[in-house]
Amino acid sequence: MSYNLKEELQKEDRLSGGHRMCAGCGSPIAVRTVLRALNPEDHAVVCSATSCLEVSTFMYPYTAWKDSFIHNAFENAGATMSGVETAYKAMKKRGKIDETWKFIAFGGDGGTYDIGFQSLSGAMERGHDMVYVCYDNEAYMNTGIQRSSSTPHFADTTTTPYGVAVPGKLQQKKNLTKIMVATASPMPPRPPLSATSPTFPTRPTRPSTPPARPF
Amino acid sequence: MGIRERLSGNEAVAFAMKQINPDVMGAFPITPSTEIPQYFSTYVDNGEVDTEFIPVESEHSAMSTCIGAQAAGCRAISATSSCGLCYMTEMLYVAASDRLPITLAVSCRALSGPININNDHSDAMGVRDAGWLMLFAETNQEAYDNYLQAMRIGEAVGLPIMVCQDGFITSHAIENIELVEDEKVKAFVGEYKPQHYLLNKDEPMAVGAYATPVYYMEAKRQQAQAMMDAKDVIKKVGAEFGKLTGRSYDLIEKYEMDDAEEALVIIGSSAGTAKETVNQLRAQGKKVGLVKVRSFRPFPAEEIVEALKNVKAFAVMDKDDSFNGHCGPMFAEVTAALYAQGVSAPKGISYIYGLGGRDVRVESIQQVFGELADIAATGKTGETYRYLDVRE
Repeated sequence: MSYNLKEELQKEDRLSGGHRMCAGCGSPIAVRTVLRALNPEDHAVVCSATSCLEVSTFMYPYTAWKDSFIHNAFENAGATMSGVETAYKAMKKRGKIDETWKFIAFGGDGGTYDIGFQSLSGAMERGHDMVYVCYDNEAYMNTGIQRSSSTPHFADTTTTPYGVAVPGKLQQKKNLTKIMVATASPMPPRPPLSATSPTFPTRPTRPSTPPARPF
Repeated sequence: MGIRERLSGNEAVAFAMKQINPDVMGAFPITPSTEIPQYFSTYVDNGEVDTEFIPVESEHSAMSTCIGAQAAGCRAISATSSCGLCYMTEMLYVAASDRLPITLAVSCRALSGPININNDHSDAMGVRDAGWLMLFAETNQEAYDNYLQAMRIGEAVGLPIMVCQDGFITSHAIENIELVEDEKVKAFVGEYKPQHYLLNKDEPMAVGAYATPVYYMEAKRQQAQAMMDAKDVIKKVGAEFGKLTGRSYDLIEKYEMDDAEEALVIIGSSAGTAKETVNQLRAQGKKVGLVKVRSFRPFPAEEIVEALKNVKAFAVMDKDDSFNGHCGPMFAEVTAALYAQGVSAPKGISYIYGLGGRDVRVESIQQVFGELADIAATGKTGETYRYLDVRE
C-alpha cells in the first residue's frame, strides 16, 4: 500500500494547533503523521511519556489532543498503555462499550531506550495491542542534550562533552529495533522514528555511526 | 447470617476481590503479599471471575497499569509489600493526584536493609504522605471487612486506598472468619460509575496534566479537601457495613478507655496482644486502655485527642522509625494533634517496637504499661524516644 501524502493531509488533524512546542520542531509533525494512520471513525487513546511533547501539549487547563490522552510518568508509557488497553478489553467483554478504540504511545529515546525500557519490554512481551512510537532524537533533549543509549558514538552531548581527554560519547548507539524483534512481539517493529536536532553538534575525530534512515 | 470459614489474611483479601470481581488487576509477586495475586489468578484461570489480570514485570508497572486502567474507566486493583510498595511510590503520588480510586492490598513488611521478610510498618509508613487513604487491620476478619469497604470509600472521595494488614502475622496465619454472601457484597460495593474516563466516546478526556505554579497548588488543595472529607465517609460506610454484618467500623477503636489513666496508641495486629495485656492489667485493678488506629490516612486527630485528653500518660507504639532522632511517625502526629487542640496534660512517650518481625509479647506490652505507670505517678517523662525489646 503506497503512502500518498497529499491524500493523507486531507484528513483532519488530531493534534490541534496552539500547543507550546517550539516553532520548527519536528515532534508535532511526527505526531500528526502517526495519528493520520488512524481511521477517521476510530476512537483512540494516546499516551505520552514525560517529555517536551507531553508538557507542551497538555499544560493545564489546555490540551492539544483531540483524542483521549494520558500522561503518567517518564518511564512507563508502555505499562500505562498496557493498563488502558486491558481496560478496553475488560469493558468490551462486559458489554460496557462496543466501539473500536486504538492505542498509541509516544516516548522519546530517553523514555524508550533507557528509563522506560523495562516497561516497554514488559508491554511488548505481554503482547498488548498498541502502537508504540519512539521519537528518537538521540539524546535527552527536554533536559538539555544529555547522552542516552541512543546517542551515536563520539557525539558531543552535555554529559559526554567533546574534551581534550575524552572525545565525546565512547559507546555505540544501542540497537533497540533488534531487541524488540527478539521480544516475541507479534508485529515486527520498525526502526525508531528519527529526528536530527539542530542543537546536536557532532565533532567526531572519527566518523560516527551512519544516521538511521528517516521515517 | 454470614458464612463461617477459616482463611489466612491473604486468602481473605483475595476472596473479597473475587466477590467484588473488579475489571482489572495488575500485580507483581513479593513476599508476603504474593499469595493474593496467586489466589486471584487461580480465580481468573478457573473462570470464577472475569477480571483481566496483567502479570506485569514490576511493581512500578503494576501501579502504572492500574493508573491506566482506572483512568480508562475501570476498577483497578493490586497487591504488594515492602520494597514493592517503595518501588511504586512515584506512581502512588500520580494515582492520588489523578484522583483515581485504585484499591491496593498491602501485606506490610520491613524494608531492606538488612533484607528481612517479616512484619513491620516501614513500607506503609514510608508512603504515608503520598495522598492515599490508608486503613489498617488487626485481624484477618478486619482485613477482609476493610477490603469490602475500601472501594466505597475511595470512589466517594476520588482517592486511591490502601488496605493494610500485617505480613505473616495476619497474612499467613489462618483464623476463623465470617464471610459475607456474594450477592450482599455485590449490592454493598455496587458498580463503578466514573464521571469522566478515557474510553468515553462522547467525551474525550486528558489525564495527567502539566501544571504550572498558577494551578499546581489548587490541585493539591483539592486533594487535601478530599482527604478531610473522607473521615465522614469512612464512618458512614463503617456504620452501614455494621448494619449488614453486625461488625461496625470507625476511624479508631477505643478499648477500655472510659476511665483509663494510662493508654497505648497502636496500629495493626499488635493491638490484639495489647488488648490481652489490658485485660490482664484490668483484672489487677489497673486503669489501662488502648486506642487502635484503623484509619491512618485520613488521620483521626480529633478522635485521638478526645480519647487521650484525660489520661495521665500514654505511649504511641510505632512499628517503624522515622530516623529523625526523636520519635516514630505516629507519635509525631498524635502529639501534634494534642498540641494543636491545646491539650498538654498527658505525658507521652514514643516507642519503636517489632521491627523486622521482632516478636511482641504480652510481657513486652506489660513493660510499656509499667513505665507509663511510673510516668503517671511521678509526672517525669524521662527519655521520650524508646526502643522496646532490643539488645542495646
